Amino acid sequence: MAQTTIYIDDKPHDVDAERNLLDVCLSLRLNLPYFCWHPAMGSVGACRQCAVKLLLSDNDTKGRLVMACMTPVVKGMRISVEDPDARKFRAGVIQGLMENHPHDCPVCDEGGECHLQDMTVMTGHDYRAYRFPKRTFRNQYLGPFLNHEMNRCIQCYRCVRFYREYAGGDDFNVFKLRDIAYFGRKEDGVLENEFAGNLVEVCPTGVFTDATLKHHYTRKWDMTMAPSVCVHCGLGCNTTVAERYGTVRRIVNRYNGAVNGYFLCDRGRYGYEFVNSAHRIRTPRVRLNGAVQQPSKAQALQHLGSLLTNGRKVIGIGSPRASLEANFALRTLVGAGNFYAGMSDGESRLVSLMLEILRSSPARTPSMRETESCDAVLILGEEVTDTAPRLALSLRQSARQQPMQDAKKLRIPLWQDHSVRELLQDRHGPFFIASVSATRLDDIATQVYRAAPADIARLGFAIAHEIDPSVRGVDHLSPRLRPLAQEIARALTNAKGPLVVSGAGCASESVIQAAANVACALCHAGKKTGLTFTMPEANSAGLALLGGANLSSAFQAAKTGGVETAIVLENDLFRRAGREDVDIFLKSIAHVVAIDSLENETASRAELVLPAGTFAESCGTLINNEGRAQRFFRNVPPETEILESWEWLAEAMSAKDEKSWRNLDDVILAMTQAIPLLAPVANAAPLSSFRIAGDKVPREPHRYSGRTSILANINVSEPKPPEDPDSPLSFTMEGAPVEPPSALIPFFWTPGWNSIQSVNKFQAEIAGDLVGGNPGVRLIEPASGAAVNYFANIPAGFERRPGEWLLVPLHHIFGSEELSNSAPAVTELAPKPYLALSEADASQIGAGPGDDVEAKLGGSALRLKLRIVPALPSGVAGIPVGLLGQPMLTLPAWAGISKLK
Amino acid sequence: MSMETPLTKNIRSDGEAPDLKAYQAAGGYESAQKALRMAPAEIMEMVKQSNLRGRGGAGFPTSMKWSFVPMGNDAPHPKYLVCNADEMEPGTFKDRLLMEADPHQLIEGMIVAAQAIEADIAYIFLRGEYTLSAQRLEKAVYEAYASHFLGKNIFGSGRNLEMYLHLSAGRYMCGEETGLLNALEGKRANPRTKPPYPQVSGLWGKPTIVQNVETLCNLPHIVANGAEWFKGLSRTKNGGTKLYGASGKVKRPGLWELPMGTTIREILEEHAGGMRDGVKFRGLLPGGASTDFLTEEHLDVRMDFDEVQKVGSRLGTGTMIILDDKTCPVGMCWNLEHFFAQESCGWCTPCWSGLRFAARVLRAMEEGQGQPGDIEQLEFQSWFCAPGNTYCALAPGAVEPLQSAVKLFRADFERHIREKRCPWRS
Repeated sequence: MAQTTIYIDDKPHDVDAERNLLDVCLSLRLNLPYFCWHPAMGSVGACRQCAVKLLLSDNDTKGRLVMACMTPVVKGMRISVEDPDARKFRAGVIQGLMENHPHDCPVCDEGGECHLQDMTVMTGHDYRAYRFPKRTFRNQYLGPFLNHEMNRCIQCYRCVRFYREYAGGDDFNVFKLRDIAYFGRKEDGVLENEFAGNLVEVCPTGVFTDATLKHHYTRKWDMTMAPSVCVHCGLGCNTTVAERYGTVRRIVNRYNGAVNGYFLCDRGRYGYEFVNSAHRIRTPRVRLNGAVQQPSKAQALQHLGSLLTNGRKVIGIGSPRASLEANFALRTLVGAGNFYAGMSDGESRLVSLMLEILRSSPARTPSMRETESCDAVLILGEEVTDTAPRLALSLRQSARQQPMQDAKKLRIPLWQDHSVRELLQDRHGPFFIASVSATRLDDIATQVYRAAPADIARLGFAIAHEIDPSVRGVDHLSPRLRPLAQEIARALTNAKGPLVVSGAGCASESVIQAAANVACALCHAGKKTGLTFTMPEANSAGLALLGGANLSSAFQAAKTGGVETAIVLENDLFRRAGREDVDIFLKSIAHVVAIDSLENETASRAELVLPAGTFAESCGTLINNEGRAQRFFRNVPPETEILESWEWLAEAMSAKDEKSWRNLDDVILAMTQAIPLLAPVANAAPLSSFRIAGDKVPREPHRYSGRTSILANINVSEPKPPEDPDSPLSFTMEGAPVEPPSALIPFFWTPGWNSIQSVNKFQAEIAGDLVGGNPGVRLIEPASGAAVNYFANIPAGFERRPGEWLLVPLHHIFGSEELSNSAPAVTELAPKPYLALSEADASQIGAGPGDDVEAKLGGSALRLKLRIVPALPSGVAGIPVGLLGQPMLTLPAWAGISKLK
Repeated sequence: MSMETPLTKNIRSDGEAPDLKAYQAAGGYESAQKALRMAPAEIMEMVKQSNLRGRGGAGFPTSMKWSFVPMGNDAPHPKYLVCNADEMEPGTFKDRLLMEADPHQLIEGMIVAAQAIEADIAYIFLRGEYTLSAQRLEKAVYEAYASHFLGKNIFGSGRNLEMYLHLSAGRYMCGEETGLLNALEGKRANPRTKPPYPQVSGLWGKPTIVQNVETLCNLPHIVANGAEWFKGLSRTKNGGTKLYGASGKVKRPGLWELPMGTTIREILEEHAGGMRDGVKFRGLLPGGASTDFLTEEHLDVRMDFDEVQKVGSRLGTGTMIILDDKTCPVGMCWNLEHFFAQESCGWCTPCWSGLRFAARVLRAMEEGQGQPGDIEQLEFQSWFCAPGNTYCALAPGAVEPLQSAVKLFRADFERHIREKRCPWRS
């Protein structure tokens, strides 16, 4: 980073010479208003809000106005932010923007956290001179996620730039011109892009607001907020969760310079509603001899205690969606030997393999931020948008890396967004996708290869061989594939920072091994190589690091006898193994204890059900796919009957008279001692004893209103705020007015900057790291001088079988993930169960779209609607995973498929 | 005085355009062949010596515009030459005449320009409403292709030049150089940031030159007759002849090819025949709608880029609009600002909000609803839309007539407010 000195209002400042003036002014914490500029999307010079005076010499008093966002830093330059002309101009821009604005702040969801409000106040414009009619628009229905109120629009173009240019969406645009530019769809309808929800934050005012928040609306200042980590996939995006009156109101993005940056996916933003679901387990429940009772918490614990102290064998089944601490507590309670990880066998195998590779490979998993600067990408077997959605948004930026070098050559600054896009047009860097079915990144792919998992793996092995001939080559490689493998090998080898992406998506170990080989071969060729594996769930990686045998071992243990009690932690076994196996298991165990937050079939079959806190009621640590441990904090004060999972287990330990834990710190400490590999987890965030000037960090904003009157109808005395022994955050508004450590930032808000744009003030440099570093610690880094180890088990090529199809899993961003399936807005967009075939294969069985078909596998038969998916290879059938009402299948599997009459 | 009129010499009195044969008979396409034998640098030098400046309104030296195009073996290809034939400036109708009356002249000019910058592909971006121009250009391009003057190996030179006629889907904004490029790419006609200039990153991100019809039409004559001859056509330092026009209440509104630097008075009185009987001259916009008003005292100003600029306006397109004493200056401004406000692309705030605000105020004044403070508001909006404050030149140009009218005819604006009516309306 080249530093240079410039003068702002006569004061010298050392600034980054590669940036623009708006960026450096904001980095210097100066209050310079803006709209169209976005730190992740760069400058386009539309709104003209950030005008400053450029003085041409020391003696120049006249100068000229320039737009700070469009003006590169030049050594020694003099500018004035406070210049009267500049101030007059900036107030003029607000006057212009407000001419059509409805001034409906009191009834606008954005009110109180509106960038337009903030900027209006900042410029000082306060008198309306425009006495003519305002333009009005008709709003559109845009789906369950977003509310549309076009009259509030100030035409900053951020929405359309984000949606089309940054996120690659196609069904949203700007129509008309002059002061009647209209931002929306061609016609009413659900926005198709998986990142549309970001418009809530991208829009500087209330045109796009969170439609789920509208169902239970609360002002930002009345929300209790806490830093959290998304639980809906394995990427660990940072979120801010907001609560009032015991319900979660919304999720907004919590900037993490390394992980999610400024954006979330829509599953992550809208999945939260499961917390408020009617299907929540809110009280303990005992089922004895067919009768259901609702015991008190103490009675429930007593019941649990009796099961633990009867001297019989107790096993624990953990969960990849539960925190490290919850899993560790269970492991401690039942003993490591009786702890089972709770992943399906297939998943367990895949996750262990991926972790083993990551821990031994010379390739490193880049953070999502680093992913954006990888300049050649190979995706093997993964529908990234559906399995690890936010990563797809980063990969979309990676595809621009190589062509962007042309902009550098022409000395076009990369923040000059439209100039770069005009130069690049639709050119993309090397981006190869080998997948079973179509993916949402195909539009930027250099080449796509559709094949069965075995053939995808073979392509990977062949690429690795092309890069490093010492890797075993693929026998009988089809002549069509060889040139493709060569092309990909060449592109990856010629790149500065190639990236290989794979994961558990197509349930194939070979595909993962092939990806590892490619990455390894690139490392061997001296390339700084990225290797990203998506993980199936929020804590798959953490659970795998914690250890524990797979589910069939648990079933086996039950079969061989002696197990009387099984404690199932945040896990619906019916999603992990075949119905029959789970049935047998549950029947063979005398006492099943389920600790969970949502009703599910396992819980309904358990003798004792203990209501567990969700992420919103719990604190803990999750490890994401790059091996980053991140702490999340509760934002809902604990209800009397709901405990965090680990707390139930700790209480049970007390019941067993074992030494127990006082708070989360104790669990973390015990865990890091028991499992040295997890030692860094303690540093993922400050422990509960952390204080600023003697105070905890307040979850309630400084303007939290009505605190003393909320419960006045019950008691006029203000109740004592709930205690939170597990975290250094308090359920109050009192606290030192300083920025907390980055992992504890409960909300982004600074004086004068009420909206989430205030994140600028928390960053060490704009769009860079948060002050003091980004939250989280990485547990997995490539060992220096790691040995190059290649997998050599190359599968045979896929051969289609007459009358049978290979069933492969298809993932859906909305519908495949368990928890968000209880969030109404998400389920609205989830598909119904189906079976997918290519058109040609469908015609073989004489079936068309919508027909009922039957798939026979392993002695059972599934009846499903047929969906035509043209991209599917011949001989392969797709079946969505995880949908509500869809039985768990062990995939891939061969099945006979026929049309039902 | 006999005057040379190279641009309009082929115009026929029967209104028909010369076909390829007739154009060649008059010496046409000899310059193109000559240019194809010249090195690009030679053409550039010749045009530099000629002092040819862009006729689209900004008056940028043509050779300098070319000089930023990357040349040589390393230069990116294809390079594009785009003829800006999107003539939409109110009061401007000069390019139309050239295209309707002598389409081959434009094609030949484009071949010369293409040779100068080694362009591979040329577009004529034509205003959609110019249907006769479209018909004649289409025919001319067809004829040129048929004779291998366009396409592969043109004139047996080994050079290729593809040419396409593109009809604009409309909007004034498309006439802005970079808005035009976006429109040609099938996108919204929003302007682009400069730098990078189109010469470096233009159409589809490739080196591109965008040039006005009249500018291009001058090139064959410069190649044929040399730079000195071209300079000699002019009465001032800017080389060549110029198509000058006059509209408004003059006796003979029209368009004339005259030496560059002819005075306003000469155009107005000798060629346009002076004001109609019963009306008096009050002022004029010298170069189309987006230039500042000039008045009586400026009648002896020579109409060239430098001289008009010296008195605070611009030569623009050289087609003047004359204001008389029977026409309300506020009403005229309203008409113009309404047009510009309608045509704003909606990209930058000063343009889409400022022009509309100004137009609304002007309309209110005309309708008897002017208020104290309105003149100051018009002044503010003019300042707000000043060059540098906006994203492109549309708004700064748009407020040029307004800001000058407020200065020159302030009493008329004040009367509108004071009398709560337009004094010109009965």
